[in-house]
Amino acid sequence: MSRRGGRAATTTDLAKVSLERDGDRLVVGLKGTWQISAHLPGTTAIEAALDDSPAPGEIQFESAAIEGWDSSVLTFLMGVEDAAEDRSIRVDRAGLPDGVRRLVQLARTVPERGTRAEEPRKSLLARLGGLGLGAYDGARDELRFLGEASEAFGRFLRGKASYRKSDLRLLIQQAGADAIGIASLVSLLFGLILAFVGAVQLQQFGASIYVADLVGVGMVRDMAAFMTAIIVAGRSGAAYAAQIGTMKVTEEIDALRTTGISPMEFLVVPRIVALVLMMPLLTIYADFMGILGGYLVGTGLLDISPRAYIQQTTGAVNMTHFIPGVIKGTVYGLLVALAGCKQGMDAGSSASAVGDAATKAVVNGVVAIIVACGLAQVISWVFGI
Amino acid sequence: MSDAIAAAAPPTDQISVRDLTMAYGDFVVMRDLSFDVSPGEVFVIMGGSGCGKSTLMRHLLGMIEPAQGEIFYHGESFTQAPLEVRDTNLRRFGVLFQGGALWSSMTLAENISLPLEEYTELEPSDTRNVASLKLALVGLRGFEDYYPSEISGGMRKRAGLARAMALDPEILFVDEPSAGLDPISSRLLDDLILELRDSLGTTFVVVTHELASIFAIATKAIFLDTSTRTATAVGHPVELRDHSEDPAVRAFLRRGEQEHE
Repeated sequence: MSRRGGRAATTTDLAKVSLERDGDRLVVGLKGTWQISAHLPGTTAIEAALDDSPAPGEIQFESAAIEGWDSSVLTFLMGVEDAAEDRSIRVDRAGLPDGVRRLVQLARTVPERGTRAEEPRKSLLARLGGLGLGAYDGARDELRFLGEASEAFGRFLRGKASYRKSDLRLLIQQAGADAIGIASLVSLLFGLILAFVGAVQLQQFGASIYVADLVGVGMVRDMAAFMTAIIVAGRSGAAYAAQIGTMKVTEEIDALRTTGISPMEFLVVPRIVALVLMMPLLTIYADFMGILGGYLVGTGLLDISPRAYIQQTTGAVNMTHFIPGVIKGTVYGLLVALAGCKQGMDAGSSASAVGDAATKAVVNGVVAIIVACGLAQVISWVFGI
Repeated sequence: MSDAIAAAAPPTDQISVRDLTMAYGDFVVMRDLSFDVSPGEVFVIMGGSGCGKSTLMRHLLGMIEPAQGEIFYHGESFTQAPLEVRDTNLRRFGVLFQGGALWSSMTLAENISLPLEEYTELEPSDTRNVASLKLALVGLRGFEDYYPSEISGGMRKRAGLARAMALDPEILFVDEPSAGLDPISSRLLDDLILELRDSLGTTFVVVTHELASIFAIATKAIFLDTSTRTATAVGHPVELRDHSEDPAVRAFLRRGEQEHE
């Protein structure tokens, strides 16, 4: 047995551990300065010594040569005691410095060890079933929220909902006027991009002038509403989830409920109303900004005269493009507001839950917009609109 | 036990709870709670952390449905009442949440005015005056136009109390009045509770584990025991500390210190 005979089992610069077998006992000697910032001696050597045959019946400590210690020595000792406990070997702490002994005592007398119950691995079928049930619950939840929101909206229309007009005005300002800057930038650039993409192809046929049709119809019919909705999902959707989620954490929602005020009427409906009112206006504004972007490219780079460009645009765009675009914008606004408020109302009660809610609100909002946009394309194709 | 007698008699008190079992799904928080609260009492719900004190308060407010059992107000079932009746009941309650739960987008005066606007026919200027009065009662005169984020935690709690009192409720529910407060602010809040009880005759239901508070304000207390998952004692806290049959209750009311007898 090579480990017997007082040989240092583990060495570091400062902290040293020595193992000595004295009959039935294993004497662990602690030497040097123990510092948490330095290397921690491992317990492998001691475990090996404990597994020797004949196994020692007791562990004792010898710490006269210890010069300094901190929690590193405690960590080491906890490891030693765990190893001893696994092998049902007694540990005699008498040889430890007084402070160390008391701290180890304190750490070991915690009544129960916090062990997380491990989830048993489920079969594929069970997991599939779980997914299905989860989806069903989710859908039911979604429907309930929609139902409650509709009911509250009904009360709003009949003028019976309790909300603050000043809140609504502020929400309208935040959703509408405050979004003008970013909406201008994005739709102007988008019109520009659309013009460039179109120009590359159309120039090959000498049909550059049709860039005006492409940009005009493209923006007015779909892209203005789409891009605005994406911006609004990132701005207002996330804000709604965070605002309502935070109110949940601070029990403000509970305070509303116990005052007898429906949070649906007080918080959700004004937000939906604000977005549904502002989205069509933002969409119309984005229509013009997008066309302006196309105009800049057309007149600046494609040598189309301003007059021709405008004439071409007004010839191409008409109400059958304009109205569906505005309707789409309104629907997207509704979807974004619903997604934001839903996530806020469902948020858990911690700071990270609010962050999760905001993230989910944007993701769900954007997915809803894209799905709705796809559906709208199919519908208009089928009906030839 | 007195619980059994209480369960047999028809409920007539201001608040009566009969065989209430509270559960989240399959997990039972507390079972078989029965107690009565008379008008003007300061009823304290006490117990260790996570034993279901706040959950019991939420049940009393109808924010969570009981798994079993019933809650009565003035002998009428709250649990089985239709929603409109519950809403009328809610108007007779005031609630002070742990952090005050003031609506952060509104000033203190607006916070207190909202329930008034909702349920009274007061003129806007009168509403404002009532709000000022309520703020003055809790020592916040002149803070009408401050937002909740601009005042300290103790002031937020007092403002929360002012809002809870807006409609002169019959019963005021208070969740952890001392949580997050220094001993002096906490004492001031306790004094305020007693003062309001004495002057307005309001019944208080207070959730707390703060011993100093319990002995200072409680006229009756219920101890929720985590290990047995039921209430092991109902009575005056001093009585319970000295004469309860349950060692857990005595230990709780003595901070786990040895009894000197």
